[in-house]
Amino acid sequence: MNGPFDFTLSLGDDALIAAQRLGEWATRAPEMEEDIALANIALDQLGAARLLLSYAGELEGAGRDEDALAYLRDDRQFRNCLLVELPNGDFAVTMAKLLFLSAYQLPLYSALTGCADERLAAIGGKTRKESAYHLDHASLWVRRLGDGTDESHRRMQDAVDQVWPYVHELFTADPAAPVDPATLRADFDTRVTAVLDEATLTRPTDGWAPAGGRDGVHTEHLSFLLAEMQVLHRAHPGAQW
Amino acid sequence: MSERSERTDRLSVTEHSPLWEVFVRARRGLSHTHVGSLHAPDAELALRNARDLYTRRQEGVSIWVVPAAAITASSPDEKDAFFDPAADKVYRHPTFYDVPDGVSHL
Repeated sequence: MNGPFDFTLSLGDDALIAAQRLGEWATRAPEMEEDIALANIALDQLGAARLLLSYAGELEGAGRDEDALAYLRDDRQFRNCLLVELPNGDFAVTMAKLLFLSAYQLPLYSALTGCADERLAAIGGKTRKESAYHLDHASLWVRRLGDGTDESHRRMQDAVDQVWPYVHELFTADPAAPVDPATLRADFDTRVTAVLDEATLTRPTDGWAPAGGRDGVHTEHLSFLLAEMQVLHRAHPGAQW
Repeated sequence: MSERSERTDRLSVTEHSPLWEVFVRARRGLSHTHVGSLHAPDAELALRNARDLYTRRQEGVSIWVVPAAAITASSPDEKDAFFDPAADKVYRHPTFYDVPDGVSHL
């Protein structure tokens, strides 16, 4: 990555793909109240994505708006982290993904509020409050599932183990970016470790650390996700919606 | 959270998520008003759900959640005895009493 355009685009893509995955839960959550909560969080992520992608389009100066960036790029041109494109799995996997994503987004957006770029600082100010809520929600469920029944404990530990390798990519150093993600790792570790401890879960050991999302090298899941997300836009290029 | 539960029997969703009644005081409101009910596994999640469902996460509102089972309601059958002001008893009316001389502002 280099410069504010790539940085802004990658954050926007993180939020967009996270929103798409969370949207898949609509009408499928364990209870009605959770359905509404997940839809709320998906809408927050989509709102952040629109702000970030719109600004990325302006930074690029090539006339691409939020829709062009969302619907007219293929998987090799997306810059989201691999974590957000992983399938939802069971409820525990979704909550593990949300915990890790929001524990990264919260310090990131908070740091943005102090950066020199006024637009990014304003976006950070708005999105940081939403991220705090997402982190709270995911933490509650990880604690309940981890410290619940034997079955929920087993599934939550499996989910954490399964998703953990994908968190390392989030903190790849990028000194040229408005906020260097490497500086956020300590904050992430503190928050996540506290939740895992309280949930009676074991923090996985660091080993395999897949990466590539920031360079457009994704898992096989992203192209399927984009095919569904983009189908109508690509079938009717240039239409007004 | 409490210690790990020893229960291994399968519970239904409704047993997992009992009913809660929700009372909300609006930002400039004077008292809590009953706004509805919801299902949640425990009080903490009931509060979070109530915020999503009934307050849209507005700042400055106060929420009370109460397990529906903790509420005792008056019975509709007892309505007469409960709420009838007993207007037939003349001594309940303030007009029954003579006001002594010299008492003002009554």
